Amino acid sequence: MSKQYETVIGLEVHVELATKTKIFCGCSTAFGGAPNTHTCPVCTGMPGSLPVLNKQVVEYALAVGLATNCSINQYCKFDRKNYFYPDNPQNYQISQLYLPICHDGWVEIETAGGKKKIGIHEIHMEEDAGKLVHDEWEDCSLVDYNRSGVPLIEIVSEPDMRSADEVIAYLEKLRLIIQYLGASDCKLQEGSMRADVNLSVREVGAPAFGTRTEMKNLNSFKAIARAIEGERARQIELLEDGKNVIQETRRWDDNKEASHAMRSKEDAQDYRYFPDPDLVPVMISDEWIARVKASQPELRTEKLERYQKEFGLPQYDAEILTGSKHLADIFEQTTAVCGKPKEVSNWLMTDAMRLLKEQEQEPEDMHFSPEHLAKLVELVDKNVINRTVARTVFEEIFRHDVEPEAYVEEKGLKVVKDEGALKTKIEEIIAANPQSVADFKAGKEKAMGFLVGQTMRAMKGKADPAVVNTLVRELLSR
Amino acid sequence: MANIISDETMEYVGILAKLELSPEEKEAAKKDMGRMLDYIDKLNELDTSGAEPMSHVFPVTNVFREDVVTNGDDREQILKNAPEQKDGAFKVPKTVE
Repeated sequence: MSKQYETVIGLEVHVELATKTKIFCGCSTAFGGAPNTHTCPVCTGMPGSLPVLNKQVVEYALAVGLATNCSINQYCKFDRKNYFYPDNPQNYQISQLYLPICHDGWVEIETAGGKKKIGIHEIHMEEDAGKLVHDEWEDCSLVDYNRSGVPLIEIVSEPDMRSADEVIAYLEKLRLIIQYLGASDCKLQEGSMRADVNLSVREVGAPAFGTRTEMKNLNSFKAIARAIEGERARQIELLEDGKNVIQETRRWDDNKEASHAMRSKEDAQDYRYFPDPDLVPVMISDEWIARVKASQPELRTEKLERYQKEFGLPQYDAEILTGSKHLADIFEQTTAVCGKPKEVSNWLMTDAMRLLKEQEQEPEDMHFSPEHLAKLVELVDKNVINRTVARTVFEEIFRHDVEPEAYVEEKGLKVVKDEGALKTKIEEIIAANPQSVADFKAGKEKAMGFLVGQTMRAMKGKADPAVVNTLVRELLSR
Repeated sequence: MANIISDETMEYVGILAKLELSPEEKEAAKKDMGRMLDYIDKLNELDTSGAEPMSHVFPVTNVFREDVVTNGDDREQILKNAPEQKDGAFKVPKTVE
């Protein structure tokens, strides 16, 4: 390939907000209910029903807008986006086209290429659609409207990204901001955060953008990276062959690592937006904005700094701990109980991370009580159990949230402090291993390590290794 | 009538609105739509440069509800509105992406 191409990427990110109820009715947003058990005439689009806006949706949208440096449209309103599909019982989606709540913001990302600002074109509020399931036995589809009317914000970026790395850094940044604000849990796998990728390529130095495609169905960071590489290659190949890229929506199939067109050009979308007459405009006062700003919780950047200053943690540790709001919460709650930040950090950074990796889980999947981890730290600190035993107890806390004190008692895992019993055991071992004793006396330090190991094994790991060391040396030197 | 609606436009609007019209209905609809556009043209004769765009007929803003669950499981009642139902869901003709 002789020509050099540049990839131009913009993102549309949908985030499900963490409200208790839907955007326009008092139905629950809880995930996983039996089909249509969280529905009412409003969210199933029955004639004559009237939507009423959930104030918390505006609060969350404002908080996200302010945290991403957006300007606020203090007079904003809702519009109807018309389309026919069974997941949308009204035949229109209530969204914002003309006056979205937030516009012209930015976030800063950092990649191997350095720091860069990514522009946010706008953020608007809208409602989610229902879920369609294909029936396995009959030639029909089944619709569950539990998700219909769940509040979303759509964050539309400027076409400012140039690589998959930048896209992922931008998504990570948004996710952390939104999680820290408590506005959403932002889980890609479960669909509470969804990203559509708009991508075009152009020759390096070309003034105009190329024709773009929109890629949907991306539900992990890895899938996003692969889809970007795949689509870039596909478009370049078309251009190299002298063909044109067609503006279309494509669906990514991560198993096949390929995409296919979803809607053809002939079926061009014409949503015929118009203001929703059922909903009155929203006026956002200066006081309201000031109040949301003032109640903004500590965000990631500030937390990262505080962990280093207040707890004396290395930057690397602080970055990992603050890399998930949930992990940071566990760290802070545990530290508040036991007062040993470095110890707590070590457990989370090493054992918790290892277990998460083994089970291919995210920090958000940890559900043990901080009090139990704090108790474990205390047991180790007071030398009630040794570190080897502590690691197995940690696994039990991690998996089953056991209360460590009771668990240690029940399983008899306490460090044996009775020196007499320990001495008797060591004497037995010395008597049973004359060769090692001879080796040690001949100056082989290694032989002592063997005897210490044997003792620890005989004590089922419940001895204090430092004490065993001292005693073995003492008894050998007699 | 200043505005003439073409057959193509009529066809396109019909597709968007999912309407199947007979030839007579199409002719009548073309005339109606032409008259509507004439009326809008008349409004366009007014100088509205100083007027704020109206987004709602009532001078009311900020009608909210608090984020409190008020609806319980009313599936049985809701599904009575379904043309057909199966396994607690609305049953519809098969959709293909």
